[in-house]
Amino acid sequence: MSVEIDKPSGPQNAPSAVAQPIAAIPVRHYGRYVSAVIAIALLCAIVYAFAQGKINWGAIPDYFFDDRILEGVGQTMLLTVVSMLIGVVGGIVLAVMRLSKNPVMSSIAWSYIWFFRGTPVLVQLMVWFNLGLVFEYINLGPVYKDYWSSFMTPFLTALLGLGLNEAAYMAEICRAGLLSVDEGQTEASHALGMSHAKTLRRIVIPQAMRVVVPPTGNEVINMLKTTSLVSAVQYYELLRYAQDIGQSSGAPVEMLFLAAAWYLVMTSVLSVGQYYLERYYARGSSRNLPPSPLQRVRVNLLSLGRPKGGMA
Amino acid sequence: MTAMVKAEGVHKSFGAAHILKGIDLEVAPREVFCLIGPSGSGKSTFLRCINHLEKINAGRLSVDGELVGYRQRGDKLYELKDAEVARKRRDIGMVFQRFNLFPHMTALENVMEAPVQVRGEAKAVARARAERLLDRVGLADKAGNYPSQLSGGQQQRVAIARALAMEPKLMLFDEPTSALDPELVGDVLDVMRGLAEDGMTMIVVTHEMGFAREVGDALVFMDDGVVVESGHPRDVLTDPQHERTKSFLSKVL
Repeated sequence: MSVEIDKPSGPQNAPSAVAQPIAAIPVRHYGRYVSAVIAIALLCAIVYAFAQGKINWGAIPDYFFDDRILEGVGQTMLLTVVSMLIGVVGGIVLAVMRLSKNPVMSSIAWSYIWFFRGTPVLVQLMVWFNLGLVFEYINLGPVYKDYWSSFMTPFLTALLGLGLNEAAYMAEICRAGLLSVDEGQTEASHALGMSHAKTLRRIVIPQAMRVVVPPTGNEVINMLKTTSLVSAVQYYELLRYAQDIGQSSGAPVEMLFLAAAWYLVMTSVLSVGQYYLERYYARGSSRNLPPSPLQRVRVNLLSLGRPKGGMA
Repeated sequence: MTAMVKAEGVHKSFGAAHILKGIDLEVAPREVFCLIGPSGSGKSTFLRCINHLEKINAGRLSVDGELVGYRQRGDKLYELKDAEVARKRRDIGMVFQRFNLFPHMTALENVMEAPVQVRGEAKAVARARAERLLDRVGLADKAGNYPSQLSGGQQQRVAIARALAMEPKLMLFDEPTSALDPELVGDVLDVMRGLAEDGMTMIVVTHEMGFAREVGDALVFMDDGVVVESGHPRDVLTDPQHERTKSFLSKVL
């Protein structure tokens, strides 16, 4: 490419030399317009089909803020948060055990992960519920003693089933995070006289978080949806309440849509939280923080259908 | 005067690989002691043995009159607990080839970390010292920057400040300039020269022969896990006695 330079000779160091913008006709991306039109048409067809169907959409707003639904949303959130806590704490412990030099510890952790990751969570839930066949009583000495069946309430079953299963997955995520931190970091920290525990807490874990947070966000969202399984052990959460209302009000499918809408609302809120958590742990890892979602939307809207080079 | 570092017949192997095959040397206090040699000769491994990042397999290694990693009672050796090893490392600063700054902390926080976390120093005191040290290595204006926002030479100078923050009696440098662009090497060497003038005991693994000649008080040439030749840097570098030393120097000088 040759460019006409009609500057007088010499001003090599003049930074304010005016650069002549290139006046060219941009490439037209006709394919983009065509594919966009087809995609929008298909979307409209799907929306139309659902609007036409024999679904009483009016029932959804009627029940959207029903007390039972709100109670269900609360229970789902509670179950998600507490089982995730069990999962994260258990996962960290298991990950440290697996990386331990003690062969007994690492084999126990390995077996735990093998078992809980290898069996379906629904089966685990039902087994917890029915462990009364093995342990007739639960006896913690003077502290607590009761029949297993009355000790193992649906809530506790749900928590143990979901939390212990989650710990197996979180263990692998945490282990990957710990392994992702460069060995030089541990060495530098040890060379400064820091103990193993301090090195882990101050140096390794904060850096591991960068790797751990995105998959953990996935796990939280997964957990939120998996809580819908616990209706199998008689625990009342969002889906169970929605189904109950559906049966009594004669709008069963509508209530499923309602539940789906609530799940979407909750997962969206969680995704936003995850985004800002990632931003927090990314500090120092790149020169500039990634753009916030709003900035990103704006950039995407501006670049739609417009060739690079920015001629409007 | 007791030696700052004394090695007698130090051996180290990694599995079947015999890296150190009997190292004997002595580093006097306030001395700048340079270790040179081809890569794989064991000089970095030896350096890492001094602060017990590696365990030696045979021989005796002591820092300031105390054995590294063991306590002697009668004629029995007792291995030190992790906490005791950590306590001894406080007095030995180390600077790495790859800097190893903590990327999630600013330059200032990197320098403050060990005094606050290890010695339990008040943050204000640690901050004041950290600012002074960053100023000393010429980076007062970079205190708030993260390592990723600094050049290699700047990162290495922060790493030196971080090691100095523990007020060590001995500094270990593991090829501190090998990962730097040539034009950034000078700044780091200047800081090290300043340290030497202040009387810091330093053991420097390096390929900077100019630095070794100007600043070094003693020099050892290592090859294949043994000390081939040692003496004053000027003598060894200008008039090497062994064939192996001669051929190495002819390639790097």
